[in-house]
This record gives sequence, structure tokens and C-alpha cells, in this order.
Amino acid sequence: MENKAIVCKDLTKQFGDFKAVDKISFEVSEGEIFGFLGANGAGKTTAMRILCGLSFPTSGEATVAGFDVYKQQEKIKKNIGYMSQKFSLYDNLTILENIEFYGGVYGVSRPEIKERSQDLVKTLGLEKEAKKLVGGLPLGWKQKLAFSVAVFHRPKIVFLDEPTGGVDPITRRQFWDMIYEASANGITVFVTTHYMDEAEYCNRISIMVDGRVEAIDSPAGLKNRFNTTSMDEVFYELARNAKRAAD
Amino acid sequence: MKRLLAFIRKEFYHVFRDKRTLLILFGLPVAQILLFGFALSSEVKNIGIAIQDNSHDIHSEKITRKIQSSDYFHVENPILDYKDVENRFKDGSIKCAVIFPLNFGSEMQRPGGAKIQVIADASDPNTATIVTNYLVAIVGDYQRELNPTAKLNYQIVPELRHLYNEQQNGSLNFIPGVIALIFMIVSTALTSVSVVREKELGTMEILLVSPFKPIMVLIAKAIPYLVLSLINFMLILFLSVYILHVEIKGSFLLLLAESILFIITCLSLGLLISNVTDSQQTAMLISMMGMMIPTLLLTGFMFPLESMPWIFQVVSHILPSRYYYTIVKAVMLKGLGFKFVWKETLILAGMAVFLLTIALKKFKIRLS
Amino acid sequence: MPSVTLNNITKKYGDFVAVDNVSFEVQKGELFGLIGPDGAGKTSIFRVLTTLLIAEEGTAIVEGHDVVKDFQEIRNKVGYMPGKFSLYQDLTVKENLNFFATIFGTTIEENYDLIKDIYDQIKPFNNRRAGKLSGGMKQKLALCCALIHKPEVLFLDEPTTGVDVVSRSEFWEMLDKLKKQQITIVVSTPYMDEAKLCDRIALIQNGKIMKVDQPQEIINSFPKPLFAAKAKNIYKLLKDLRTDTEIESCDAFGEFIHLTLKSETGNEETIKAIAEKYNPENFQVKKIQPTIEDSFIRLMREQNNSEEFKGASNGK
Repeated sequence: MENKAIVCKDLTKQFGDFKAVDKISFEVSEGEIFGFLGANGAGKTTAMRILCGLSFPTSGEATVAGFDVYKQQEKIKKNIGYMSQKFSLYDNLTILENIEFYGGVYGVSRPEIKERSQDLVKTLGLEKEAKKLVGGLPLGWKQKLAFSVAVFHRPKIVFLDEPTGGVDPITRRQFWDMIYEASANGITVFVTTHYMDEAEYCNRISIMVDGRVEAIDSPAGLKNRFNTTSMDEVFYELARNAKRAAD
Repeated sequence: MKRLLAFIRKEFYHVFRDKRTLLILFGLPVAQILLFGFALSSEVKNIGIAIQDNSHDIHSEKITRKIQSSDYFHVENPILDYKDVENRFKDGSIKCAVIFPLNFGSEMQRPGGAKIQVIADASDPNTATIVTNYLVAIVGDYQRELNPTAKLNYQIVPELRHLYNEQQNGSLNFIPGVIALIFMIVSTALTSVSVVREKELGTMEILLVSPFKPIMVLIAKAIPYLVLSLINFMLILFLSVYILHVEIKGSFLLLLAESILFIITCLSLGLLISNVTDSQQTAMLISMMGMMIPTLLLTGFMFPLESMPWIFQVVSHILPSRYYYTIVKAVMLKGLGFKFVWKETLILAGMAVFLLTIALKKFKIRLS
Repeated sequence: MPSVTLNNITKKYGDFVAVDNVSFEVQKGELFGLIGPDGAGKTSIFRVLTTLLIAEEGTAIVEGHDVVKDFQEIRNKVGYMPGKFSLYQDLTVKENLNFFATIFGTTIEENYDLIKDIYDQIKPFNNRRAGKLSGGMKQKLALCCALIHKPEVLFLDEPTTGVDVVSRSEFWEMLDKLKKQQITIVVSTPYMDEAKLCDRIALIQNGKIMKVDQPQEIINSFPKPLFAAKAKNIYKLLKDLRTDTEIESCDAFGEFIHLTLKSETGNEETIKAIAEKYNPENFQVKKIQPTIEDSFIRLMREQNNSEEFKGASNGK
């Protein structure tokens, strides 16, 4: 269990009769880029919330960064980063203020914040915009910045919830460069996406259908198994028979 | 016409399928009436009082008996010392202590007069004032009994309510206020939220890009809340008459007509508010803060207008609710007819027409 | 006469230019795609065409009517499906449809044949509240509501965003069938792969139209040969090739890297030779047909370079 970033066994989340997440089991190694795919309503978001320490499972076990999802939710939160398409940064704070805020929330010391934020801004090429409000940035920049902020405190794992939705194709690829970079630095990346080509960038992928993990393997492995040449087709095969999507 | 009806029917679906709206619509008036009627009487009764008579002469004992026989007071055990007063204030068993000094009776004949010490718990200043006024009145009464022709050398300032309220019925006064409040909430807040909800959902865009004229959208939104406000109105009157035993002294039809006028003002305000914001929360906030609070504070409902700084009195003149409140009090509680309220009615009618016109004209037929 | 025309339309929000001198035409009965990411200006263009916004500069004509002067005429004739499938969440499927039918002065029965194929799929849920439908179902219902009055032009703003992959492809099949009814359809989408399902497309980024043409023509006009390469360690290959002076562009595309050479001539062998310098494992390369996304990326770079935009990269 030592070098597994995430472990879950028979993890279940039930709302009344409805099993949003139905006995899912998988492991993610440290430094892996793990793609967590599934149609809307398949249970991805619910599962992610449990792994982020935001919600209690109904049954089953899971540890994230070595911490138990039942008893050590606060420790989990301290050791992960999170970014989603819907919300990442405060529009009416400047870039530097956002970094300062999130850095502070995660307990990064002030001198470190100062030093690293200068680096961050330089790496992204945003020196001139550093004191401008985030709301004025184009979407692509915001998303890249949001990712940098999510890993600013050097978490062990970063959870990305459809981070590239609606973003232009160039920025999308720059974003994935940043993900590769983070992974090379030992950060485990747990990412969901609707873009099937992005699924290819992952080391391994799991696909959720109707609350269960129906497939988990490397992209090549999955294509082999379903005898297709693209992840698109793999996904289509699995999602087509889903009951929840049709309902 | 058929389209207008379809729209209105949809609005009613929305209202009856949203539990929160239903709660506000029907729960609120009932709650308010019952609350005001039974619990929040601004009269005070059964105030705990302790009396320390160090003199025990005929005068102090007579005054003590007067206090004891008054409904307002409930006499507790005599106090031991000042520390005792403090303790009993703290635990709330008494709100007031009366202390007669040693030679009270004989002091009365002297030029300076006799003194009675009254200590009141002013942590609730309203009650403290009322309590001390009662005592002063009781003492003044006694003085008159002793010396019917003498002039009193101090004033008694009773609260407006008590003077007006011979019948011991605290309920009456607030009903007009509650009615005005309910109309504000239902007609203004709910209407504005209803329009803004369409904007938030995005359905407003579809409605605009359709043959359905934009003005009809507004009318279709306003009519259900007009109907619902009137139903509420009936509900309040029903409760007042049968549960609180208040009678409607004046003409019911006049009341209804004036109410419709006021509702139209409120609806127009609601429509205007919906123009300035795209968020339901903001619409609700503006309606509540911008409309309800002035209605509560500046119409004379809770606090008498005459005792307010002149600036507030001026502001109160532009509040439609102020005129409505006056009209309802006059018609419902005092039984007056139209010729006593024609001025207020005219102003209210003027406001209604003015606001409605602006609301319709200002409605945005495009996104900004 | 074209069904929809835009002439030098510019739309600003304060200082921000959302739509920058945009012009294009859509012919009657065409399925026209407006392809671009969020913030490119698609929704603003739609709102100008549906008369909900007035552009600062330029003119637009829909079915012969000016969007500013004759807006009510246009509002009577078009169907509009704004983003987020604006439906009444607490009304049922049937109630939603009935309502919109009445508002448009028609009934469900009158144009039933138009919506039948789509409506049949959601009919089993007739009495379910719209809020409780899945994304795909909402999408179908919203489409029915937009079609119910047999519009001459249908404007669909990002109808496939946020919807599962199966429903997305079903949706495009439905659109294809609608074309036969001679309805002009203008669709916007951020998904490049959907572009090839349209008759003609406009690629839009940063408020500017980069290209308008048939998908196949756009692909054909890709100026250089395009190659796809792969190796065991894709990321390393990517980084290495980016540093190479002979490589013009180099972008990740799933399990492959798409690249172009600076020189006009060059084939698989050339690339193999270049790649060998970095010792990749299991290296493969082949020439491929460009996709719309390849074209979009290339055009974006040209746009960025001409603006000297700081964030430009050649994949390098």
C-alpha cells in the first residue's frame, strides 16, 4: 500500500435506493496519470467527491495519499489539489492575490509563496498580467493558471474535473504539457475528461458506467480488448449499453 | 388571448410546484397574523414588581394596594436590599422595584414633596418606559384622589397605542401593516423573482425570440400574482375576523378596490426591479431590503411617523405603502368612507399608473 | 438569396471585442457549423442573429429581414435553442412542449411530422418533469420545442455541450434528417470532430473568423503534408522533436504526434531520419490526412503570430 496514491475497494455511495457509485475497486500508483472517464450520470463526480474527502461513502474502503476516507478527511484535503472546469479562481482578485490566497489556505509559508509565485507567473509568461484581475483573462489562460495554483502547494495528488472543457485546442495541449510536467515531478494526476484524445495521454484509464467501473487498463490495452483503433470507439461501445444515459 | 392564458397557466404550475414559494405565499400571512395576534402584543401585562415599604403609612399602603390591584403588575415578594434588586433583575423575576422611604407620608406635606424611588430594568428600554409610565400614572391617580382640584406638576406621557387602544385589543393596529407587508412580499418580491428566474434559466431568451409580444410576458407574469395577492388578502381578513375577532368596520368593497390599486403598484415595482438584475437572489434582496424594510419602518406601522426625524418623514411620502396603510386603517378600523380617503386614493392611483407605465416601457426586449 | 448574412459585424462589451468584423453567409437548407472554443464569440453572434443583441457595427439579414429594423419578423420565423437547454425544469415534457407550441401560435399536432422522430424518443417520459431528465433527453426536448412551429431557420447554440457521447451522435443524425425539410440550421460547437458533419463550417477564434468553407475543402487546403508519429515514450518524443530546427509544428494528438516540416518537400523517411537523432523506442511514422482540428490549430497559430500574441507556440 505504500506507494499507491489511491486505493479503493468496493467503494459504494447510495442515496436511498439509488446506487450512484456501486462497489468500485481500483488502485492508482504514485506519479501516474490516471484518466477517470464515464458519461454524465455514471457516478464520476460522486466518486471524486469521496476521494477528495468531501463526502462519506456508504460502504467499502478507500485511502487517498495513504489517508482513510472515513476518518482522515481533513488530512486528505491537505494533501491534494483540486481544479474543475466550473470553478477555479476568483475573478475579482488579481493573479497574485489568487496565488497568495490558495497558497495560504494550504499552509505554504509567506516567503515561499512570494518566491514561488514569481516563478509561476514567469513560467506562464504572465508577468505583465500578474497584478490584473483574473476575470479579464481569456479562458485558456485561466485554466492554465488554475492548474498551477492547484499544484502550488506541491500536493501528492491533484484531482482535475474536466479541466479542459470548452478550451481551444492549442491551450488544451499546453495544459497537458503541464500535466506531464507535474507527473514527471512525482504528482499523481487524477483527471476526468470528455475528450477521447486526452484519454490517450493517460497511463491508465477507468470507464464508469451506471455506477460501476466497467473497464480499467492502459489506452492500448483497452483498444486491444475492444478491437478498435480509437478510444472514441471504446467509449462508445461501453456507453451505448448504459441504462442511465438513456433515462 | 389563448397564448396569454397558456402563459398564465404555466405561471400557476410554477407557483404550485415550488414548495418555497408556496410557503411564502400562504404560510407567511398565517404565521404573521398569528404571531402578531397572540404573541407580540406590545402591551405589557403581569410585570413582576417588588415593593419595599419602609414607611407603612396610610399613603404608601394605599399606593401599594393600587399597584397590587392593577392588571399590569404582578407583585412579588418585597426586596431585601439593593443587591437583591440586582439579582432579581438578572434572573428576570422582577422588572421594576418601588421603594417608599422612611417618612413617606409626612414628607408629603413638606414643600419639596415626598419621593418614591422607582428602579426599572432598562435592558429592555421599551418595557422600562412603559412600566415607569404606568407607575407614574398610578401615583398621579392617587394624587388626584387626594386633591381633586390641584394641578399636577409633572406630565404623564402615555404611548400612542395605549391611548388609542381602549379596548385592550392589541391586534387591530397591526393588521393593516401586515396586509401591506404581505402585498409587498407576494406582489413585489415574487413577481420580480419570477421574471428574473426566466432570465437565469435562459427561457427568457426563447420567449423573446418568439411571436409572443414582450409586453405580454410582463402581463402574464403579473396576473397570477395579482390573483394570489387577493386570495391572500381574503385569507388575512378571514383570519382576522374569525380568529382574532376583529371586525371590519368600513366597506369591504372599498377595501378591495384600494387593495387592488396597491397591488398594482407593488406588481409594477416588482417588474421594475426585475429589469435591473439578472440574478434571482439580487431580485429577492432588493425587494426585501428596498421595499419591505421601508414599509416596516416608515409607514407608521411599527413606529409613529410623527416622532421620526423630518428626513424620514419626507421619504415616507414617496412610499406607496404609507398611503395604503392610512387608507386601510381608516376604512377597516375606523369605518370611514371614500370621502375621507380620496386624497390618499388619488395619490396611490397616480403612483400605480406611473409605475405601471414605466415598468412596461422599460422592459428590455433584448439582452443588454 | 442566402438565408442568413452577416456583414462586418462587430460586437463589443465595454472595451472587450467579442465579435470582430465577422462576415459570412448561410444558404437556404444548409447545415452550417460555427466551430470554436468558449469565448470565441459564437454565442454573441447567435444573439445578434436572433435579434437579442445589437451589434456596434455591421449589418445582418435573416430570411430577408434586417436584425435591427425588422426584428419582430425574424422572431416570428426562427427557432432558437440557447445554451444550457433552457427548459422549464418543473414542467413536464408534455407541458413544456404544449407551452412553447401555444406561444408560437401552433399546436403539437400541427407540425407533428417534423418532430416525430425526435419526440418518439422522449415520449415515454411525457409526464416526467424536465428537471429530472438526463442531458440527452433535455437536448431532444429542447430541440422539439425549437422546431415545433416549423421555423425557417434554426439557431442551435452549443446543443451538444455537456451531453454524453452517445446522445451527441444521435443529435447530429437528427439534424441531418431535418435538413431534408429545407430548414436552414446554424449550429455552434466547440467539438472539432463534429465539424465534418456540417455542409459548411466557419472556424472562429478570438472573435474573428479564420476560415469559412466546406469541411473537406478546409482539409484539402492544409498547406503542408501532415505526418503522424509515435514512439514508446510519447512525451519524450514530443519534447525532443519540438527542439528540432527542421520541425515546423509538433502537437500531441492522442497516441500520435502530428507534425509538419519546415521544408515543402519531405516524407516519412525525412522524419524518421530526424527522429533517430533522439533514439526513440518503437518509432513509427506515416503520412495522414489532416483533420479539422489540425487546420484549426494551424489557423490559430497564424492568427496569433500576426497579432504577436504572447501565448503563441508552435507546439515548441
